[in-house]
Amino acid sequence: MPLNLTLASRNLFHDRLRFVATMVGIVFSVVLVMVQMGLYLGFGRMVTTVIDHTSADLWVMRHGTKCFEDPSLLSASKQTRVAATAGVAEAIPLVIGFSGWILPSGEITPVFVVGSDLQTLKPWNVTEGTVEALSAPGAVAVDRSYFERLGVSGIGSKADIRGHPVSVAVVTDGIRSFTTTPYIFSEMSRARTYTGIPSTMASYMLVKLSPGADLEHVRRDLQASLPDSDVLTSAEFRERSRSYWLFGTGAGAALFAGAILGIIVGTVIVGQTLYSSTKDHLDEFATLRAMGSSHGYIYSVIIYQALLNAVIGFGLATLIGFAVVRFTMSSALPVLLTPPLILAMLALTVIMCVASALAAIFRVLRVDPVMVFTR
Amino acid sequence: MSVSVLEAKDVTTFLGRGAAQVHALRDVNLSLRGGELTVLMGPSGSGKTTLLSVLGCMLAPTSGTVRVCGQTADGTDAEALAKLRRDHVGFVFQSYHLFPTLTAAENVQVALDVRGIHGEEAQAKSRAALERVGLAHKTGSYPLALSGGEQQRIAIARAIVSDPSAILADEPTAALDAGNGQAIMRILAEIAKDPARGVLVVTHDSRVMSFADRIIHIEDGRLVGDERGSADAAKMRTEPLSGRRV
Repeated sequence: MPLNLTLASRNLFHDRLRFVATMVGIVFSVVLVMVQMGLYLGFGRMVTTVIDHTSADLWVMRHGTKCFEDPSLLSASKQTRVAATAGVAEAIPLVIGFSGWILPSGEITPVFVVGSDLQTLKPWNVTEGTVEALSAPGAVAVDRSYFERLGVSGIGSKADIRGHPVSVAVVTDGIRSFTTTPYIFSEMSRARTYTGIPSTMASYMLVKLSPGADLEHVRRDLQASLPDSDVLTSAEFRERSRSYWLFGTGAGAALFAGAILGIIVGTVIVGQTLYSSTKDHLDEFATLRAMGSSHGYIYSVIIYQALLNAVIGFGLATLIGFAVVRFTMSSALPVLLTPPLILAMLALTVIMCVASALAAIFRVLRVDPVMVFTR
Repeated sequence: MSVSVLEAKDVTTFLGRGAAQVHALRDVNLSLRGGELTVLMGPSGSGKTTLLSVLGCMLAPTSGTVRVCGQTADGTDAEALAKLRRDHVGFVFQSYHLFPTLTAAENVQVALDVRGIHGEEAQAKSRAALERVGLAHKTGSYPLALSGGEQQRIAIARAIVSDPSAILADEPTAALDAGNGQAIMRILAEIAKDPARGVLVVTHDSRVMSFADRIIHIEDGRLVGDERGSADAAKMRTEPLSGRRV
């Protein structure tokens, strides 16, 4: 190990109380930022989960629709026009909407009904039953995590939606809504009954392209023929939904504000402890300077300390981060730690700690080697 | 004839500003020669430490010239002065200034590390320097586990390990008892036998006089005396005429 790194590490670990204070600061800061950003990613993924699981090439929706849950409707008659467009293989209406789930106890809880052809969009992560079973009258799919809320216990459980009897035919695992309102999947015509959307209307028109059709070309044609509608690719609709929920509602800004607060707190705490550590070791830096060491050598000692702080603090924070991920895995809003986020957090921690070292470096810059004669 | 390793010519130094300004050095002319242990003596506030700082290229004089091994320190910036120190000067301090978190060997190696010498070469040189000051058996000890005399010997090993032309020692015996002080001075006197290296010891301690080849007195920033020491006289008695300095 280079001697400047040895000196840096020994000085760092020598004062255990200060080291612990530094670690608390870094870990607090990094965990805060990590969780905020993990929530951001988790939120971002959750708000588009149904779009992600729909195998449509294009989405036709009422002009100005903000997100998947938007209750805007378009005329079902557009299905014929869409299907007649060159390059379109299939146009499938999709119906969504809030409704009331009546528990056996008579209590009503809101649910979000998704009605489809059960091909282009069908429930995923099925753990009990089969998607085909949803063709049966009154058959619905519910997620296991909402059993208690919906007052059901599994396949065969009965309830009512807006006075229409339903029976649980499919159980899924992990299809959670960030709004905490349970998704109920059913066949489309019954979904109209549950939501009150007439057969003349639909929420979306899902478009599947013919083999070899040019996506952009078909989209342009559709958009031209449906001026009162928006025609988006899945990626565009995903981005529109995400932007709406994250930035249109202020939720994303709140998460970012928390993350920025974490960065500031971490930088200040690390800066403070590094500065006081440097001040305590001024004699040593003056001795190095008296021996003829360059400023660069002295900076390297401080930077090494900052990097050690960063690496150790980041390691501890990541362990806590993974514990948070595990803890929130089945919650309404899971924290998501992706490899790019972890790498970004490592880079952020290093930048934060090195930036924190600047005050200490400026202090050392003023060290007069003559002080070794007077102390 | 021995070479001049450090030279001060017409050096004047003011410290502080305004009413608090002190005329610390006044037209100092001094040449520290290789193969000599020079003792600089004077009362408190006489300018000893200021002169040491100027000669050690830590403090630029207000006027005058300082030359280290023939290289001028005039007009050079802090980094260039640091390089002069790195290349030519070793320091021994009254309060040792060892790194408490480094072992004896590592403390010595630091002086090499700042000079870009690392690894096995640095370890070997560090061992040799510690052996020279009689501490080969303490390489793994931390300073706080050693006596004051041992710590000062590590500081000397650190000062000599890079083979500098000048060793500047500031009150090296002040914090030590008589026995340890004598031991330290014996080591410094031994180091000063190298004709390519000069040793300057700043002290109040009259007990070190017997080790001096040359004694310089300073008062109120002026050199007021320059005499041969008893060690020099002893050398003159034992050395052939051709080996003597002029």
